[in-house]
Amino acid sequence: MHLTPDEAIFWQHGFLKLNATIVFTWALMIVLAGGSRLITRNLSFGLERSRWQNLLEIVVTSIEKQIEEVGLSQPRKYLAFLGTLFLFVAAASLCTVIPGYDPPTGSLSTTAALALSVFVAVPFFGIEEQGMRGYLKSYMKPTFIMLPFNIISELSRTLALAVRLFGNMMSGAMIVGILLAITPFIFPIVMTMLGLLTGMVQAYIFSILAAVYIAAGTRAGKPKSAPAQGVEA
Amino acid sequence: MDNMTMIAVASIVIAGITTGFGVVGPALAEGRAVATALTSLAQQPDASATITRTLFVGLAMIESMAIYCLLISLILIFANPFWNHVIAQTAGK
Repeated sequence: MHLTPDEAIFWQHGFLKLNATIVFTWALMIVLAGGSRLITRNLSFGLERSRWQNLLEIVVTSIEKQIEEVGLSQPRKYLAFLGTLFLFVAAASLCTVIPGYDPPTGSLSTTAALALSVFVAVPFFGIEEQGMRGYLKSYMKPTFIMLPFNIISELSRTLALAVRLFGNMMSGAMIVGILLAITPFIFPIVMTMLGLLTGMVQAYIFSILAAVYIAAGTRAGKPKSAPAQGVEA
Repeated sequence: MDNMTMIAVASIVIAGITTGFGVVGPALAEGRAVATALTSLAQQPDASATITRTLFVGLAMIESMAIYCLLISLILIFANPFWNHVIAQTAGK
């Protein structure tokens, strides 16, 4: 049973393995970075611009608007990290239309790595915004007794991020695989469309949750203007 | 019943029950969440962006509970360590 792209190994030397996850991750990285580099070579500031530049501008400005709506007052600071999260997971899910492709986010290693980078980013941005003492004091809010629960919730929501994305991607691929064996071709196609939809939704959810966690980490010292939305896992 | 049979029966039965009962809670909760979101959308259509976004975030949280159940079921059926261990023992004999 093909559970994850980790099992398809192309080349092995000792304990170094080149498996499908790494290959597809690097392919995605090259496509995203190279494509953006090609498009942004001759940027125009006026009203006349190429279609690709227009597309990229739409993507960037809508991500920036979403980050601002979540509650982060300077979206440009977080745009690089959160935008990359969204674009990587969305591209990984969109490319399933290409035959022979296995989404790298269907492997627990990839999703755990993404969740760990969010886990590191929250204190990073929090300390940058509030200083070390201010950020550490936020763990004691609302009372001192909440300290262990706040720490546990940090760890558990990281785990939840990883498992949520992994579970969605893996189950999508597995359902299509199982259906291909037992039903006429129309059902696997419909399930693949559903898999595309859930992939895009999961990409959005991943980046919005990362934005909410970062907003909760950077906001604690200021007076609460809007309630934190769904901070627990 | 020997070891192998017991492990197989337990894994199969629990795999079925886990997903069978496990997704009832999240499904009901998602239904209530969407119903409330629709009501508030009808009352305040111009807040629809915020309501929709919060709805999706909430749905993802609830959905992840069901995903955990599915994950356990899939592990029990396809990547069962106890079954693999018992099979390796029988093959080794």
